[in-house]
Amino acid sequence: MNVNSTVTESLQSAAATLLSEGKVGVVIGYGRDAGASISHPMFIRKPEDAERLVFDDCCFGNLAVYLPRDKVRSMGKIGIVVKGCDLRAINVLLREHVVKRDDLVLIGVPCTGQGDPLLHKCSVCEQHNPEGCDMVVGDPVEQPAIDATQRYKDAASLDDKSLEERWAFWSGQLSKCIRCYACRNVCPLCYCKRCITEKTIPQWIDTSAHLRGNVAWNVARAFHLTGRCVGCGECERACPMDIPLGAINQKMAQLMDEWYGFHSGLSPDEKAPFTTFKVDDPETGIL
Amino acid sequence: MIQKAKNETTDPSEWQPRIVAFLCNWCSYAGADLAGMSRLAYPAAIKIVRVPCSGRVDPMFVIKSFEQGADLVLVSGCHPGDCHYTSGNYHARRKLLAFRELMTFFGIDPRRFKISWVSAAEGAKWSNLVKEITDEVKALGPFETYSEILTGETGP
Repeated sequence: MNVNSTVTESLQSAAATLLSEGKVGVVIGYGRDAGASISHPMFIRKPEDAERLVFDDCCFGNLAVYLPRDKVRSMGKIGIVVKGCDLRAINVLLREHVVKRDDLVLIGVPCTGQGDPLLHKCSVCEQHNPEGCDMVVGDPVEQPAIDATQRYKDAASLDDKSLEERWAFWSGQLSKCIRCYACRNVCPLCYCKRCITEKTIPQWIDTSAHLRGNVAWNVARAFHLTGRCVGCGECERACPMDIPLGAINQKMAQLMDEWYGFHSGLSPDEKAPFTTFKVDDPETGIL
Repeated sequence: MIQKAKNETTDPSEWQPRIVAFLCNWCSYAGADLAGMSRLAYPAAIKIVRVPCSGRVDPMFVIKSFEQGADLVLVSGCHPGDCHYTSGNYHARRKLLAFRELMTFFGIDPRRFKISWVSAAEGAKWSNLVKEITDEVKALGPFETYSEILTGETGP
């Protein structure tokens, strides 16, 4: 663990001020209990508890996942600690009118990347310094130039394979799925009150942990996130069966990039590719 | 004409593909209707599902069809610019092309999923299209990727 003490101290004082002045009802941040291997999400509701907040290089979770939840909203105005990548998810939530900007106080933290070795998403991150927050704690960090060819590298390595090899790979991976829906529950953008996989009339997706339903589920999940997924990588991190879900999301993000020049979550005002169209969109392979 | 249709009736000893087609109410369904009214024969392997608009077609329709034993799925709508609802087919175009790429990425044969634009005046195009895709899917054979999933023969 590598605590960023300047960020942590100003974060703690900012959270304590917000809570004591009554500007927010809760601050969602990261904390670390003794013996924990990662910094886990922490909800702070009293100013004196603010000292439990930390910021280090193991703050993996995307806290935006809590914002659409009724129980969290009932706590009042929400102060939330956001890294640049989390801010992208919040931008999508704002764009989809799931949360209101006025209900949030965004506490931005400059972040040089999480994990040791660095997570893949951090090595291609262009949002080291979150922009558009209500306050930023800590000093801005240097934004290194990223290698854009690396952005979709997991998807690209599978794209090189033949159709049969890809099916052999994915049928093997997807048959591991135990349908725990951790990928869905941890995703900040999977906020439907009732998910398609729980609908029974008609039942679109077979619910047993069998390849038939697993393929349908993963196609549905990937497709519902197309043009929305911000690549935070939480689904893959949460997956207990280590299915490379990030590669699927990367593939769809790559398509949106190549076809429509679209990167999800860079601004709350953008339009998602599937909510709009152009008359001269690509049209290959239509009979 | 009747003789011609008889010649094209299916030989029971030959394997017949199952094709599911989602046709928009306003153009493609009317086009298929016109083909019928014009006595343009086309293979009976195709099972038509009428939907209000090609924009109604969700990728889950396609997956479900494969699960139920379809060898090929066709989605057909109005030509771009002709949508009864102004823009439904433009939205369908974005979604369905992305879905086809997703299928390809998973290794599910994209030749099993066709998209076409057929207008209400194109009965002949419809008839030829169905003949072409039926010949193609006959050459491809049964959709084993999915039939193996159903029987549980795939995976460890």
